[in-house]
Amino acid sequence: MAEYAKPVPYPSPESQPFWDGCKRHELRLPYCPKCEQFFFYPRQFCPRCFSWEIEWRACSGRGTLYTFAIQYRAQMPGFTPPYVTAIVQLDEGPRLMTNLVGVDPSPESIRCDMPVEVVWEDATDEITLPMFRPATS
Amino acid sequence: MSLKNKVAIVGADETDEIGIVPNMTPIMMHAQAARNALRDAGIDKSEVDAVFTCGIGGMASVQICEYLGIVPRYTDSTMTGGSSFVIHVEHAAAAIAAGLCDVALITHGESGHSGRMRRGPRGGGFMMDTSLPSAQFEMPFGVAGPPSTYAMAAMRHMHQYGTTSEHLAEIAVATRKWAQLNPKAMMRDPLTIEDVLSSRWIAYPFHIYDCCLVTDAGGAVVVVGADRARDLTKKPVWVLGSGEASTHQSLLGMDDVTRTPARYSGKAAFEMAGVTHKDIDVVEVYDSFTYTALVTIEELGFCEKGEGGPFLANQRTAPGGDFPMNTNGGGLSYTHPGMYGMFILIEAVRQLRGECGPRQVAGAKLACVNGTGGLLSATGTLILGAD
Repeated sequence: MAEYAKPVPYPSPESQPFWDGCKRHELRLPYCPKCEQFFFYPRQFCPRCFSWEIEWRACSGRGTLYTFAIQYRAQMPGFTPPYVTAIVQLDEGPRLMTNLVGVDPSPESIRCDMPVEVVWEDATDEITLPMFRPATS
Repeated sequence: MSLKNKVAIVGADETDEIGIVPNMTPIMMHAQAARNALRDAGIDKSEVDAVFTCGIGGMASVQICEYLGIVPRYTDSTMTGGSSFVIHVEHAAAAIAAGLCDVALITHGESGHSGRMRRGPRGGGFMMDTSLPSAQFEMPFGVAGPPSTYAMAAMRHMHQYGTTSEHLAEIAVATRKWAQLNPKAMMRDPLTIEDVLSSRWIAYPFHIYDCCLVTDAGGAVVVVGADRARDLTKKPVWVLGSGEASTHQSLLGMDDVTRTPARYSGKAAFEMAGVTHKDIDVVEVYDSFTYTALVTIEELGFCEKGEGGPFLANQRTAPGGDFPMNTNGGGLSYTHPGMYGMFILIEAVRQLRGECGPRQVAGAKLACVNGTGGLLSATGTLILGAD
């Protein structure tokens, strides 16, 4: 695999199940049975009710574009501007920071609340990143 | 116990030079600004028994006390980004009111511009701790630092409330007009709405003129109790109300990215002061971006949520307008070394003392100051008043 120039995440014990899921191209997020809600980012406890009895559940990988920005300067090594940073609101509730890909990075092509779906970027042998693109169906 | 009228800001000044100051390091600027602020107050360094600071090493207040030769009774290195120094005023007021110290010195110094060129290891960068959530869930997507994140907050505001690029440009233009009246301001050339809208993108929806400067500067203020304040030569600037709040570190921690914690810190400050928005003569708010000022005015309650664009339009905040705001020229046109909160404090003090010359807001008696730090994360609000 060619060397990956962008920053890669270093999974922590509490986030390992998330990154393991990504590696299998499954979007698995922490879920609080007591609140009956997903949450993100991963913690060993629910940040709402502080219950430490949490589960990991699969999400659909579908959502909407909560907001975005088109970055005309590389904020991190390895990025070629313009690129689109985005916050996606999953259908299951929680939000993820991500990149919107598969779209012309121009103001005319992107709007808040447009439907999006996950697409996987295999960055390294260990790390796969969840990216999103405009929904195809 | 309320902190209302318990303390006053009695000294305030910048470093001798601000802007591009390659011959000074940050700690040198802390010291020079401290000297200047103490001179402004008419208080000797030997009387300082409390130091409040941040952004200089891992033990900021300890470092500055050693450097200045101060053995403090009380120190505080609270770090909430650009709002830190506004929040330090509240912390100083609480410590003085509790009898834990008498003369509080709050210092700042940053080489935001020249530090980028210096050699050697640099601390405090975004890559420091790879175990933190932002390193795992934001940086891999090229999200790091203010422009990339504030732009996403602004985009949602525009989508949700109909805020436009013209609304943002109004703020850049009005703030530049104040800078043209301030000899210390870095950017003093005329600027039009069209100039802003035709300038290059930094992070859409931000043009370059929506973004603050990156400068070198230091500043300091001196806070003392009421009795001491009345004995000094210059007019005391009373702390009438204060509040602080934080709601998140990352945008992912916000339920609604169009809000800021200023709605909490502002409410607390206005309630303590017992004044209404209509009583305020001059408003000094953090403008890391045009959007930051716009959303802060909403969150402080000067207008309804979402109506900041129309509320601030038609050059209302410019010299001669009926809502004077960011009268030094702001982070957009005067100076912004990284943590700008110190400088909104200094300007509020000068306005309330009537020291601002051509940019003086006539008869200014009551100021609202709000600092915003991090990624719209942490705010401090002060209501300051002159006798």
